[in-house]
Amino acid sequence: MGEYLIKLPDVGEGVAEAELVEWLVELGKNVREDDVLASVMTDKATVEIPSPVEGKIVWLGGVIGETLAVGSPLIRLEVDGEGNMGRESKTIEPAGQPKPAPEPSVIAQASNAKTDSESKNAKVVEKKTLAAEKSISKESPPPSKEWAGAPRQLGEKPLASPAVRKRAQEAGVDLRRVRGTDAAGRISHEDLDNYFEFGDATLRAGGLVADHSVEEIAIIGLRRKIAEKMALAKRRIPHITYVEEVDISSLGDLRRRLNEEQREGHPKLTFIPFLMRAMVKAIKDQPHLNALYDDEAGVVHRYGGVHIGVATQTKSGLVVPVVRHVEARSIWDCANEVNRLAKAARIGAARREELTGSTITISSLGAIGGIVTTPVINYPEVAIIGVNKIQVKPVWDGTQFMPRRTMNISASFDHRLIDGWDAANFVQRIKNLLETPAAIFIED
Amino acid sequence: MKDIACKVLVIGAGPGGYVAAIRAGQLGLDTVIVESERLGGTCLNVGCIPSKAFIHAADEFEKVMKFAGNAAIGIRVEKPDIDLAKTLEWKDAIVTRLNNGVAGLLNKSKVKTVRGWAKFVDGKTVEVESTTGTQTIRADQVIIATGSIPTELPFLPFGGAVISSTEALSLKKIPKRFVVVGGGYIGLELGTAFRKMGSQVTVVELEDRILPQYDAELTRPVTKRLEALGIELKLGCKAKGLSDSGHELIVETSDGKTENLKADKILVTVGRRPATQRWGRDELVLDMNGPFIKVDDRCCTSMRGVFAIGDVTGEPMLAHRAMAQGEMVAEIIAGEKRHWDKTAMPAICFTDPEIVVVGLSPEEARAEGHDVKVGIFPFAANGRAMTIEAEEGFVRLVARSDNHLILGAQAVGRGVADLSASLSLALEMGARLEDVAATIHAHPTQSEAIPEAALKALGHALHI
Repeated sequence: MGEYLIKLPDVGEGVAEAELVEWLVELGKNVREDDVLASVMTDKATVEIPSPVEGKIVWLGGVIGETLAVGSPLIRLEVDGEGNMGRESKTIEPAGQPKPAPEPSVIAQASNAKTDSESKNAKVVEKKTLAAEKSISKESPPPSKEWAGAPRQLGEKPLASPAVRKRAQEAGVDLRRVRGTDAAGRISHEDLDNYFEFGDATLRAGGLVADHSVEEIAIIGLRRKIAEKMALAKRRIPHITYVEEVDISSLGDLRRRLNEEQREGHPKLTFIPFLMRAMVKAIKDQPHLNALYDDEAGVVHRYGGVHIGVATQTKSGLVVPVVRHVEARSIWDCANEVNRLAKAARIGAARREELTGSTITISSLGAIGGIVTTPVINYPEVAIIGVNKIQVKPVWDGTQFMPRRTMNISASFDHRLIDGWDAANFVQRIKNLLETPAAIFIED
Repeated sequence: MKDIACKVLVIGAGPGGYVAAIRAGQLGLDTVIVESERLGGTCLNVGCIPSKAFIHAADEFEKVMKFAGNAAIGIRVEKPDIDLAKTLEWKDAIVTRLNNGVAGLLNKSKVKTVRGWAKFVDGKTVEVESTTGTQTIRADQVIIATGSIPTELPFLPFGGAVISSTEALSLKKIPKRFVVVGGGYIGLELGTAFRKMGSQVTVVELEDRILPQYDAELTRPVTKRLEALGIELKLGCKAKGLSDSGHELIVETSDGKTENLKADKILVTVGRRPATQRWGRDELVLDMNGPFIKVDDRCCTSMRGVFAIGDVTGEPMLAHRAMAQGEMVAEIIAGEKRHWDKTAMPAICFTDPEIVVVGLSPEEARAEGHDVKVGIFPFAANGRAMTIEAEEGFVRLVARSDNHLILGAQAVGRGVADLSASLSLALEMGARLEDVAATIHAHPTQSEAIPEAALKALGHALHI
């Protein structure tokens, strides 16, 4: 028997670390070759780590939410035969922490004290490891009994000061029904006040009950990435949002006719592929809207290819798969690609390169409804096009009211680069294209 | 004699009864209290108070006797002497002052006091035999607070040389040879006092150690002191009876031999039993709990309108328990919602050194299934203790390991009786070790040992 160490593999180009989002195995369990051991997340892609060997899990290298450096020990298996631990086992840190590099300031300190700089360094590293562990335990949800006060055992006397007990007796309240919020479960005057005010569930069965619980949910994994990305976008980018109504009656007719044909390889069309193609057309006139703005370097990377991110809701949160080179895709092609990517994203099978590299984004909440959104730009892009609800409206055509199908477009732009004039022109251009769908397909 | 009708009738004016009566009076209830002896009951007349006076006198005498030798403190006196008759006078004066105090308090609360022996006719009526005839009293609510009396050994009845604690506190002269049967707190308190006043004292205890209800760690300093005082401890030793002369106690020692202990006085302190006789208990239908009157958590007996409080309701037989019950019952009768919910029931042995216990000992806590942390702080590490020559003993706190809730506190040492206050408060308030540790206790006092014991339990005592 030997031990086999699996390190966190290189999960993508230029990725130095990944967040551990899920253990798919447990200590002591046996795994077979190719069984998935863990999921880690980088940027936006979730990567599953398969087992290269068969064996029994003897050690897990981190807790959920922990960020591991590529190459750090991830898991240890007990395997038949020699394993791969012969020469390495001794060097592995027991905590399985990525060896944190001392911060520059620390190095400076250590080198100032030349006498025993090495031992000092070692100490610092140790401390940092501890700190990291602490912060992780903070992130993971605390056991619920901690915030609820220690649960009283059956028959255990409720704990309260004599004054609290007297008040309860006078009010005819059995303190066994009152929750103490102190860590020892001690019932304070405040707890009693709360009880007087809100009662408890058993007393108010059937009625509305105030819920005073506060649940701590660690923001990890995809949700943390989304949070960081959104905060970054809103912090850095002064958004300008422009909303316009588009008459899509003609486009609707076209779409219906095309869908009726049902030809082989032609998927059912939504409005999105038309919008995508219209965007390609509009970008031809305003190429600076199809760009990534590296605001730290002060450089805009204007792209020739139009790579459109299509915001997609999955059960774990928002992901944005990318339809690459829309300028080179037909309507059908676009539709197929959108369908494929959305499906992959929803089942969590989208590859990292399918989730990165967009140059402009579409956000569609139209199916739910809503007349306006204020889309948040997919940083570091400079524009995002939101699609709102389609509705039939009476429109005055000069002589009479006509029922017209309309849809709002809500688009946000990075106001540092895009002036209101440009923004308006871009949206108007898309509007015109969508209202006269033939124009989308006419060669310039 | 005209019958009396009242709302509340209290039988017995001991600490339980008179407190119940005072509180009932305060609450505006028409209250009558009946007492055949002096007001204040066992506690005030022949128990707590006079014994403490006696012990204090003995301590003072022992102190000056020490100064007659070569005391380290540098104080010298010549040939000290004790005039026991005067000591008893002084003691009795204290008792009388307190008797009068109780009478004054009852008056102030508009409680009528009837002197005489009460006997139940039925659950609402008693007849009091007094010097002026038979007084019938009818009451809506009756509180039985008849207390307890010393237990007599059948083979060693009181009389002659055999005395109870009551007589021991009023002896005309200090007995030369004083034998105590029963190594409980009463026997040891009085035995120690007589030893300090010059008697040769022997304590006969059936168990193999003194104060068997406390753990050995707690009683060790007392044992040590008893031995240093020259008190002979006959442990595992059984009293069998008196010799024919009446001045020798026959005992069977731990190794089965029979011995005769010469004694001028034989103090029997083998416990107390509830006073449940001669007051017409048979006229009532009271459920009993062994020898005691059975009561619920509101001190209600099995009869409606009849309450019982104090020693007659069971262990622990402590004045402060009776007082708390009395107060509670008066409030219940006045219509307030009350029930017995006390956590802390402190008990003190006024031995030398004193022992204080409240709540659970470490063993008791473990027996109840708690995982405990125990913190002990010795007075040897307490500055104040050194300055008053009281380095013997310690404070011990017992707390739950999981949430540090204090389950019990014990202390042994000179003057620790008064530490019981904060120990009880800690328990009653539901304090955790951190609460006690974070409360500033004045320096220099013995009380500093309490937060130190808490810190010790938490693993970071400062002065040890």
